[in-house]
Amino acid sequence: MTKYIGKRLLRSLLTLFIIITIVFALLRFMPIEGYFQNFEKMSENQIKVGLQQLGVTDPLPVQVANFWQGLVKGDLGVSHKYRVNTPVIDIIAQKVPLSLTIGMTSLCIALLIGLPLGIFMARSTRSRWKIGDKLGTIFVVVIQAVPSAVYHLMIQFYGTDALGFSMFFKPDDPSTWILPILSLSLGNIAYYAMWLRRYMVDESNKDYVKLARAKGLPGAVISRRHVFRNAFVPLVQFIPTSIILTLMGSLYVESLYSIPGMGGLLVNAIQLQDNTLVQGLVLIYASISILGLLAGDILMAILDPRISLSKKEGGR
Amino acid sequence: MAFFRMKDNKTAALASSLEERVQRQYTPEELFDFAPYDPNAGERGGYSNYSYWRSTLRAFRKNRTAVFFLLLIVATLLFTFLEPFLPYEPEANTIYWMEKAEVDMWTLEPLLDEAGNPIVKTVRAVNEKPADRFWFGTNSIGQDLWSQIWSGTRTSLGIGFAVACIDALLGILIGVLWGYVRKLDFLFTELYNVFDNVPQTLLVIIISYILRPGVGTMIFAMCLTSWLQTARFVRNQVVIIRDRDYNLASRCLGSSSWRIITRNLLPYLVSIITMRMALAIPAAIGNEVFINYIGLGVPPETPTLGNLVEAGRKVMMEPALRYQLFFPVIILSIVTISFYIIGNAFADAADPKNHVN
Repeated sequence: MTKYIGKRLLRSLLTLFIIITIVFALLRFMPIEGYFQNFEKMSENQIKVGLQQLGVTDPLPVQVANFWQGLVKGDLGVSHKYRVNTPVIDIIAQKVPLSLTIGMTSLCIALLIGLPLGIFMARSTRSRWKIGDKLGTIFVVVIQAVPSAVYHLMIQFYGTDALGFSMFFKPDDPSTWILPILSLSLGNIAYYAMWLRRYMVDESNKDYVKLARAKGLPGAVISRRHVFRNAFVPLVQFIPTSIILTLMGSLYVESLYSIPGMGGLLVNAIQLQDNTLVQGLVLIYASISILGLLAGDILMAILDPRISLSKKEGGR
Repeated sequence: MAFFRMKDNKTAALASSLEERVQRQYTPEELFDFAPYDPNAGERGGYSNYSYWRSTLRAFRKNRTAVFFLLLIVATLLFTFLEPFLPYEPEANTIYWMEKAEVDMWTLEPLLDEAGNPIVKTVRAVNEKPADRFWFGTNSIGQDLWSQIWSGTRTSLGIGFAVACIDALLGILIGVLWGYVRKLDFLFTELYNVFDNVPQTLLVIIISYILRPGVGTMIFAMCLTSWLQTARFVRNQVVIIRDRDYNLASRCLGSSSWRIITRNLLPYLVSIITMRMALAIPAAIGNEVFINYIGLGVPPETPTLGNLVEAGRKVMMEPALRYQLFFPVIILSIVTISFYIIGNAFADAADPKNHVN
């Protein structure tokens, strides 16, 4: 197991190196005009000096080498556009806590509502009218099919109208936290409920469940002690990724409620052509998503002893 | 946990029917039935008139919700593509003018000229409420929202179909190679990890700098990354079924790889791929809304559902103008929900496990 994890970590390092090099190269395709605010008024000399200061005049391999040298020392460079001369690490460190708090709260709510909803829907497929399942499916379909921007918008203006909350986020006013957290959790609720329901329905058609039922075990005990436990294993794989993804914030929710979090940072940085910030963010996002996948696999192997990671990779 | 205490109807029904049979006293005639001699029975082979597609269709038809949405989407599609040929002002970007009585800026009373008639001026029909002339109202520059929305739906569906087709093509090709050729597995997995982590926003922005923003660019930008998911999906399925016994047998009997892929693997995947394609359309529309939201995407001269929603969002602070957001959102939701439901229902219907009953 340790050997497997070590191997995968080493491979991830290589992957990260390639990703950041590609992003690095892509960023050099950006037009020169984008680097300066008043490009038209600048003389040629000024532009030259400006570009030199940004370090984009060196040949690409030299630039990449410089970047990696800094990175080994734990230095991601300074932002030169988003917030001039502020280290990238500081900008990110300042924004992460808020996104993380909101994201984690909403994820907890999503798991607390989504998992019971999934169990409830799966159980209700065996009742006569399947009303619970039908209502739940309507909810899941609406949330999954309608673009999230749309329902975030609706929640924002109907929620604030109906409840009399402020439309914008204020850190010290708890009522302004409710709607962003709610809209963030909806997607995850639908996601977890849908998959748990599907896995549970699949699982409950298996022979051992039929045997348990034939023995006369009450339905609630079957679904809690047998079906849920087995159906939950494939879902566990997603949880670390969901947790880590909360770091990234949500572009829609954060910009709608004007929350100063991580959400729009990447898009902003790309639009401003703040190369160092983009590189730093991409590096962080890529490494957390790789780590999330690894953590998911490990967690799954711990929960289900039948799964062995060190064996040759099976169908994941 | 009172929450879960719900009546398990299936088990109850089974138990009661069992009980009924046990309770009944059967006469010997009821218990046994002598089979008559039938000379033809000996000739009958193991023939079954099972047809995969017919069974799929039958299973799909049983799902009444899905059939309803299928009819709805067919009607919408037909209307969308026939709409430009209807006999009213067809061009979606026409800016309408209308005669309006001029009003006093402060008292809002109509101004009168010397003869006592209200002064009439021709102005742009800006932000007109939904009424007889403009069914869905007009937008902030005086275009008819009704024709804008249908033109937008046309473009968005076009983008969705194009993305879904290119996705399926590339995804199947690469996915089958990735899954079937063992030597390529490592390479492709690493490539996937790399390209899956390059932010799509970055690509979209760079592409729209290099190319001119427009429908083609949008399709290109979306296809650049979205086929990765399809390829990975196909690969996982291929890995699962490639070593099944029937493929091994086929190989031993001397089938070429091409034959195994096209005759043994792909038919197995058809249903899953169709579902992915159906789901790719709502995903592409959602993606387009996102790209418009961050200020890229198709310029407003070509209406799409994405930029109509974005235009509506900009005026939503004014309650009287919210219809400009609602109409695009309603049409968009109908389209995406229909495709989503049809895709899922089709996937269920295509699963041979659901054909027996």
